[in-house]
Amino acid sequence: MREVLEIIGGIFILIGSIFLFLGALGIVRMPDVYNRLQAGTKATTLGGMSLILGVGLLEPDWIFKAIILVLFIGFSNPISSHALARAMYKRGRFPILGKGENMDAYREVYDKNKEEEVKS
Amino acid sequence: MIGAAIYAILSKDILYAVIATGVISLILSGLFYLLQAPDVALTEAAIGVALTTIIFIITIRNTVRFEDEHDKKEHIKTIEK
Amino acid sequence: MTYIEYIEYIAFFFMILGIVFSAYRFLKGPTAGDRTVALDTLTTIMVAGLVLLAYVFQRFIYVDVALVYGVLGFIGVIVIARYLEGAL
Repeated sequence: MREVLEIIGGIFILIGSIFLFLGALGIVRMPDVYNRLQAGTKATTLGGMSLILGVGLLEPDWIFKAIILVLFIGFSNPISSHALARAMYKRGRFPILGKGENMDAYREVYDKNKEEEVKS
Repeated sequence: MIGAAIYAILSKDILYAVIATGVISLILSGLFYLLQAPDVALTEAAIGVALTTIIFIITIRNTVRFEDEHDKKEHIKTIEK
Repeated sequence: MTYIEYIEYIAFFFMILGIVFSAYRFLKGPTAGDRTVALDTLTTIMVAGLVLLAYVFQRFIYVDVALVYGVLGFIGVIVIARYLEGAL
C-alpha cells in the first residue's frame, strides 16, 4: 500500500512541477497582458494543486492541511486574476484581436459608460 | 532578491518600487525558511506581503505616483507606443 | 538514491527555472500589469516550493508557513489591482 501511494505521489509531484515551469515560460513568451495573465494564473493553479496533493499522498498524515491549501489556491488565484484583468481593461489597454475576430463583448459596455461619463 | 532590491531603489515610478518590495519580502521569507526559522518566516510573510503593500498603496493614492513631471511624460509615451 | 529523491531533484530544477523566468518578466515587463502578474506567479510557485521543502525536511510545522502564504498572498495583488482601476 505504501509503495503504491509513493509512486502515485511522485507522478503528481512531477506533473505539478512541469506545469509550474510551463506557466512561467508562458509569462515570458506571450505578447499581451491578457495572454500573460492566462498562462501565469491557470497553469500555475493546476501545477500548485497537483504538487501539494502529491505531497499529501506521500505523507498520509498531512492530507488534511494539504486539502485546505488546495482549496485556498483554488479560491484566491481566480479572484486576483479577475481583478487584475478588470483593472487593465478599465485603464484602456484592449486585448490584441487576431485576423477576422471581433468578439469583444465588453467593449460596447465600456464605450457606453465612457460616453455617459463624458456627458455628465 | 538583490536584483529586486536594486530595482526598487533605482526605479523612478514608486508603484513599481512597491511591487519590488513585495518580491523582496517573498524571497526573504523563503531564505528564513531555509535557515530553519519557521516562526520568523511566518511573521515576515504575514507582515511583508499584506500589511506593507496596503499601507504603501494608500500612501501613493494620497500623494503622487511619479517623482517629477518629466518621468510622468516618459511613462505616458511608453504606454501609448 | 531512491525513486523519490530523483523526483525531488527534478521538481526543484523545474521550480528554480520558473522562478528565474518570472523574475525576468518582473524586471523587464513594460507596464504595471505585467509586473503584478509576475508577482502573482512567483507567490504560487513559492507556496508549492515551501510545501515540497517541508516534505524534504520531514517537519510538519513547516506547512503552516505555506498555509499563511496561501491565505494572505493574494491580498497584495488585489490591492494593487484596485489602485490601478482607480476605485480604491
